Amino acid sequence: MTSGTPRLEMRGVRKAFGATIALDGVDFSVAPGEVCALVGQNGAGKSTLMAVLSGVVRPDSGSMMLEGQPYAPREPIDARAAGVAMIHQELSLAPHLTVMENIALGLEPVRRGLLQWHEMRDTARRALAQLGHEEIVPDAIVADLSPASQQLVEVARALASGSRVLVLDEPTSSLSHGDVQRLFELLERLKSQGMAIVYISHFIEEVQAVSDRVVVLRDGRNVGAGRTRDMSADAIVQLMVGGEVEALYPRSPREPGDVLLELVDLEPGAATLSLRRGEIVGIAGLLGAGRSRLLRTIFGLESVRSGRIRVGVYSGPASPAARWDQGVGMLSENRAGEGLASGLSIADNLTMSRLEELGPGFLVFPSRQASAASRWVDRFAIRSSGPAQAVGELSGGNQQKVALARLLHHDVDLLVLDEPTRGIDVGSKAQIYAVLDALASGHAHEPPQASGTGGEPAIVADRVAVGRPRAVLMVSSYLPELLGLCDRVAVMCRGRLGPVRLASEWTEHSLLMEASGAKAG
Amino acid sequence: MRGDTGVLLGLLLVALIFGLLIGPRFFRPANLELMARQTVIVCVAALGMTMVIVSGGIDLSVGSIVALSTVVTALLLRMGMDPALAALGALAAAALCGTVNGLLITRLRVVPFIVTLGTMLLVRGAAKGLAEERRIEAPITWLNGLLRTARDGNLGVPAGVWLTIVLAVLVAGVLGYTRFGRHLFAIGSNERTARLCGVRIDRRKLQVYSLSAAFAGLAGVLEFSRLAVGDPTVGVGLELDVIAAVIIGGGSLSGGKGTVLGTVAGAAIMAVIQIGCSQHGLPNWVQQIVTGIIIVIAVALDRWRQAPTR
Repeated sequence: MTSGTPRLEMRGVRKAFGATIALDGVDFSVAPGEVCALVGQNGAGKSTLMAVLSGVVRPDSGSMMLEGQPYAPREPIDARAAGVAMIHQELSLAPHLTVMENIALGLEPVRRGLLQWHEMRDTARRALAQLGHEEIVPDAIVADLSPASQQLVEVARALASGSRVLVLDEPTSSLSHGDVQRLFELLERLKSQGMAIVYISHFIEEVQAVSDRVVVLRDGRNVGAGRTRDMSADAIVQLMVGGEVEALYPRSPREPGDVLLELVDLEPGAATLSLRRGEIVGIAGLLGAGRSRLLRTIFGLESVRSGRIRVGVYSGPASPAARWDQGVGMLSENRAGEGLASGLSIADNLTMSRLEELGPGFLVFPSRQASAASRWVDRFAIRSSGPAQAVGELSGGNQQKVALARLLHHDVDLLVLDEPTRGIDVGSKAQIYAVLDALASGHAHEPPQASGTGGEPAIVADRVAVGRPRAVLMVSSYLPELLGLCDRVAVMCRGRLGPVRLASEWTEHSLLMEASGAKAG
Repeated sequence: MRGDTGVLLGLLLVALIFGLLIGPRFFRPANLELMARQTVIVCVAALGMTMVIVSGGIDLSVGSIVALSTVVTALLLRMGMDPALAALGALAAAALCGTVNGLLITRLRVVPFIVTLGTMLLVRGAAKGLAEERRIEAPITWLNGLLRTARDGNLGVPAGVWLTIVLAVLVAGVLGYTRFGRHLFAIGSNERTARLCGVRIDRRKLQVYSLSAAFAGLAGVLEFSRLAVGDPTVGVGLELDVIAAVIIGGGSLSGGKGTVLGTVAGAAIMAVIQIGCSQHGLPNWVQQIVTGIIIVIAVALDRWRQAPTR
């Protein structure tokens, strides 16, 4: 099945973003009538590889061939015209338009300036029939369809525009179990019609069910490939995880104190958990597993459906404003969209949650705001021209330090952190680890001699954390960080939080197995 | 570096151009005072609008609120009420309209543009109903002298101009030096961040729309002072002049930006164009074309200046 010329071939693809090498000479190919699974942890380079394939990102070097012809898309539209169709997690349909209008979008049949509705309807009907889903009416409004049917419309659009390579990125994340089965049947059908399919998923069991071949990426490199039937789930996960565990996680003695957060059967999240002062508890899981939602529910950004939350002595749900008053602070995973107001200054961002002590009464003195902020700018070694600089002009790592410093300026007891180190350089990461450790332990320790900080002054953790130990609840997709930093870890899978176990009882392997819902063995 | 230097330069440029066209008499104190008087009504309403626009909102109902305010002032005066109380009554009625705006925006989650488009008609209708579609004559009181040149005292500047200056300083202080002001910037810059940081967004919006409407109410009292009658048909389209003043002054309709100095300069630019054109003998339509061009150029320049840093 995989013999003959591949439909698509990528060779030695390299791409660096600044100092970060996202792809380091990756090879990838897919043949007609083949489903090739592309797997890897978050940050392994899957999305960048697909961005190269679809013309969103141009590679620094390497070559691509489509049916033996050189292929170098400069824009996404080039990829579509060449017959490479992407189906993303978030569907790209116009919800107010009909099924047939969506299928014909951009390729509407026109004669003498007039739309040919009959032709459009026929095209849509043909494409849907080819998928074996004649039950979808071309005149239906897309917004009225189920997520699964919407996905079918998107696949039908790819067929109608003559696609020869179909890329599905986490296609099952919004589907029910039955719909997943129907999707697999559909992929079989497309395969038999000669389509070349790239299937990206975190779920190992899906990969095993649907793919002919698996390609594993780690840190932007090919680390393994083979026929799916020759590879066990264990073997795939082992390739994804690799062998190394980094040793940049400081761990001062921490003594658990009184309970600061208690969850009992909290919905959404099916979460039962108790978190003590002096503890760091981590939550692992895949994107879309519901981890952020759980944190947001705790912080009052989303509503509690059922179950109990207790923060210190306060029971029940509360608004974000009340949570801050109770000594809880949250760091958003979405730095640009929610975490920071990028047009405002460092000082404004840092002090926004607590302006109260920056002047008498309802007044805020900008001078006091600036001096409060510059204290944190110094302590966190935030590289900037000063507290008046707009946050949007800082690097990702420095932005994240501003967002975290806000919690310390507010002097919270419970830190709720969503992906605290996502997308930041290794130097900033090491600083943030040191701060979190110092916060949880409540006492100072030697600053880490983090390598690769590029001459940046290492953070002096004892100047950041003073006095009492705090509690940290953090979500992360980076497993070494969870295992290295946390005292206890739980895994969230498909909207449910599993049992909380000591970090020492987990391995990266077991976390990933549990997160992807795969059965060991 | 500051956001409002550009608009101040613009004001200088426009004034210079008309100075060259018309000659030194353009800068005579009497003429400057005329411009100041011309500006105050738009300016006072624009102070409130600046706060709304900084918070990422918009208020289209201010023109109608100005009309309502003239009617209420006239009615209360006719009932024999003390002029100060009559003005306060008008302010209260206006603030109430703003509270309604704020409630509709925060409770129904309808965007401010639509809500205030609705209340623009609603308040206009209410003003007409209240006045029974007529102009309301009112007894002459000291209110009518607010925009008149003082012969002695007040340094020869009308009380209304002084009032505007004081309010401008006050609003600048509120925006720069109070929790309320910093929260408005936060909400306008990124509402989700403000929410994450525990800013009580609904409360702040309610406050800012009420406040903005109260400023419109005060503008209405000044308008009454000029007209000496309560007129429910006055101020049609005034909201657009007010918004234009804020935008020329560097305010951004997407929120998070705007200064009082910029707004005042923006209102002054429009007044200079208006008076300059009429004194140079240019017809009204030329003046409208020039103002339109200035608005677009102001925003385009602002964009262009910011492009490299973004």
